[in-house]
Amino acid sequence: MILQGIAFYVFAALLVASGVMVISARNPVHSVLFLILAFFQAAGLCVLMGAEFIAMILVIVYVGAVAVLFLFVVMMLDINFRELRKGAMEALPLGALVGLILLAELAAVLGGWIVAPNVAAIAGAPTPALDQVTNTHALGRLMYTQYVYLFQASGIVLLIAMIGAIVLTLRHRPGVRKQNIGVQIARRREDVVAIRKVSTGEGV
Amino acid sequence: MEIGLGHYLTVSAIIFTLGVLGIFLNRKNVIIILMSIEMMLLAVNLNLVAFSTFLHDLVGQIFAMIILTVAAAEAAIGLAILVVYFRNRGSIRVEDINMMKG
Repeated sequence: MILQGIAFYVFAALLVASGVMVISARNPVHSVLFLILAFFQAAGLCVLMGAEFIAMILVIVYVGAVAVLFLFVVMMLDINFRELRKGAMEALPLGALVGLILLAELAAVLGGWIVAPNVAAIAGAPTPALDQVTNTHALGRLMYTQYVYLFQASGIVLLIAMIGAIVLTLRHRPGVRKQNIGVQIARRREDVVAIRKVSTGEGV
Repeated sequence: MEIGLGHYLTVSAIIFTLGVLGIFLNRKNVIIILMSIEMMLLAVNLNLVAFSTFLHDLVGQIFAMIILTVAAAEAAIGLAILVVYFRNRGSIRVEDINMMKG
């Protein structure tokens, strides 16, 4: 139990610290790297809570896909970031005020909130005992039976996002010579070859 | 040193607030704003997983996965829009994004 507490505080402190660095780093590449660190700490917290599958998905999807996508965009676009940083300090008082109000509201909600006494009776899908079914197995059983429509719908969301991203960023440059297979196949001999009788001693 | 639901909820509340603060601090930089939104979604995910664990209800983790899907889709579309915008205008200043203003 002591070890769990220490692990929690280490993960939580690193998560908050890297979150602060994400929003305050001068170089956006450093911001992305701190975002990756924050995702790893969040995955650690998920492991502590016993949600191993969500932790691994966090590492694979967030670190492996989303953060690397951010990194690519930050590094590929030639942006003057120093100019973008201007005026950040002017917005600090307003931002700090809004943040403090939000934090106070969240604290008020957290402070005045208790778990309902009969909450175990109304659970949508009670977690099976860990020594019988692992977390991943239990999630799969639930996701492919009771929530299969939600699963399909999220697949459609991803498909539409993929098509949208491709359609947005695809660009047709004029003047590029490309192979046109349809024209090549439709080409017939009589369209392009002309046979002429050349009489002897004269040019064509 | 018992780590309970309140500890996890506090951490995710702090992360959520940091995300909001990041949007205010980096008003001109769309990339940092997108990263702040990702951080807020991460806080929401942590909340869902914490409740799922401490109430012994697996549905929260299913919801967390759905949110993760939507977050990945949102990042892909947002960054694609950003790349197209940069290609057309040569900058990503938020103040310049006003062509659709009525």
